[in-house]
Amino acid sequence: MALRSDQSQERMHGREGSPWTGLWAVVAKEMADHLTGMRMRILEILIVLTAIGTVYAATQNLRETVGQDPFILLRLFTTAREPLPAFVGFLGFLVPLIAIALAFDSVNGEFSRRTMSRVLAQPIYRDALLLGKFLAGIFTLALVLATIWLLIMGAGMIGLGVPPSGEEVARSLWFLLATIFYGGIWLAVAMLFSIIFRQPATAALASIAAWLFFTVFWGILAGVLAPILQPVRYGFPEEIIAQAQTELTLTRLSPNTLYTEVMIALLQPTVRSVGLVLPIQLHGAVLGTPLPLSQSVLLVWPQLTGLIAATILLFALGYVLFQRQEIRA
Amino acid sequence: MGELVVETHDLTKKYGDLVAVDRLNLHVRQGEVFGVLGPNGSGKTTTILMLLGLTEPTSGNVRVLGLDPARQPLSVKARVGYMPDEVGFYDELSARVNLIYITKLNGLPRAEAYQRIEEALARMGLQDVADQPVRTFSRGMRRRLGVAEVLLKRPQLVILDEPTQGLDPEGAREFLNIIRNLKQDGITVLLSSHLLHQVQAICDRVGLFHRGRMVLEGSVPELAQKVLAGAYHVWLQVEGPEERIREALRQLPGARDVMREDHNRYRVVASEDLRAEAASVVVQAGGRLLGLGVETPSLDDIYARYFEEVHHGAAV
Repeated sequence: MALRSDQSQERMHGREGSPWTGLWAVVAKEMADHLTGMRMRILEILIVLTAIGTVYAATQNLRETVGQDPFILLRLFTTAREPLPAFVGFLGFLVPLIAIALAFDSVNGEFSRRTMSRVLAQPIYRDALLLGKFLAGIFTLALVLATIWLLIMGAGMIGLGVPPSGEEVARSLWFLLATIFYGGIWLAVAMLFSIIFRQPATAALASIAAWLFFTVFWGILAGVLAPILQPVRYGFPEEIIAQAQTELTLTRLSPNTLYTEVMIALLQPTVRSVGLVLPIQLHGAVLGTPLPLSQSVLLVWPQLTGLIAATILLFALGYVLFQRQEIRA
Repeated sequence: MGELVVETHDLTKKYGDLVAVDRLNLHVRQGEVFGVLGPNGSGKTTTILMLLGLTEPTSGNVRVLGLDPARQPLSVKARVGYMPDEVGFYDELSARVNLIYITKLNGLPRAEAYQRIEEALARMGLQDVADQPVRTFSRGMRRRLGVAEVLLKRPQLVILDEPTQGLDPEGAREFLNIIRNLKQDGITVLLSSHLLHQVQAICDRVGLFHRGRMVLEGSVPELAQKVLAGAYHVWLQVEGPEERIREALRQLPGARDVMREDHNRYRVVASEDLRAEAASVVVQAGGRLLGLGVETPSLDDIYARYFEEVHHGAAV
């Protein structure tokens, strides 16, 4: 009996100490690298210019309607004025770009600089190194996005002369959170490729290819696949609806779709559904009235958790691969 | 000699069908410089990675400083300094910032860390370049920075993988002096190298590796005794009657073999240093002695001879 408990104890404490020893040292070092690096500075300039351009255009447009719309500050994010698209449209592809730029050489870069074996010879586990790098990426992303969020809110107040309401702030903060995790997915994808491929350039290309696939081709592919999976044989309305549902489900496998739906529901309070709506389901609804924040969040709760879950899943996959990787070059 | 710092028992590592390390029994004692020597691909680096717990052994046991690196990697890595071959740093950061990162990973308190960094930089002669980015460093400077990093831990054991590879002769000599100084401080050193002649002088004991197995182990004279049979090769340059000189040399007590290598160059293989005796008998035999010397056996000779025998054995 005593022997047995010894064994189980040994199994439970297979490794000494916490796997997170040294985690914050890694986070601090990686964040310092990100924030002082040239790569990050270029992206920051790009995103700030975009924010200034689109928000300026939006304020010009919105000036006329100040006072009529209770959510005028949220419109700053979504209002487009030819030829510029809305700021959220830019975010949809700028955020993946930043995330990929932050992580595509995070692991293989340590190998090619020959620092990996030296760092892992310090009293830390691999867990701390990988999670530290990921957290540093997320924090950097959050820092950049929060800065832009503040800039836009500030510019909006000055440009439109309206203070933000509590609900506007809350909605845009939820939106900020969703944007960070949308970036988190691409961060995890780029990190995964940086573990799989030994060449940083290959990892960068693979990440960009994955992003292009989901941004451009997945929507087209879903349109092709849906009729195959759910053919309309007799032309019944049920069949047509089923096909449309299948197509929608397929497109939701793309993080871009999830993010777009979250964005629409959070920034446009009048939106009551992000899926298919039949006229019968709208019976009794007062169209054009905004939903309370809790209902909007509830509407896209699956999408929001989907974004977070995908981030965690991709990170876990990279984690397993990294643990099994040989340190030898 | 004190207790064992490194101890392995039938340590084996396989990569698929390839046996990288085959039933290795390695013993390194406190305070000695042990050389793990052998050609590239003979299992040296794999052995080192297993000692640090960076690679899991397929079978067998390892003890480093009495700890198991697979189960207690943090304790082992906190006490053992490791410098990989082709040591790399974050090139855009300064030497000092690179070292600060390492002290943070080791969890050293700030004041203590800064003091150790200054000490290590001063000891390696890098104080003047401490704030320059590492990309401006020469290969020799990088190696010294690698040692400075290793010293930050105040290690009990230092493992150096190919420390002199790629250094010019001056740099290599300088580096060997650094290793001697580590030994004087009572630090046990385990180093790997395929440049046998360079490390011969500083290793107390060596282990020769071949295809994952340690085929020979001991001090250099011991190995010479074992492999070259007679450890001393006395050469003489003599003018005179060949037959009488040969005969005189052959009569020497302790001489095993006498060869005429050249027109008037002879070689006596003996179990001891026979220079004085050989000189006197050659002169008595009527020869004119022009030159005389003894060749100390080098590790290269031992290694080459050993594998000649192995291959002969295999061929037969």
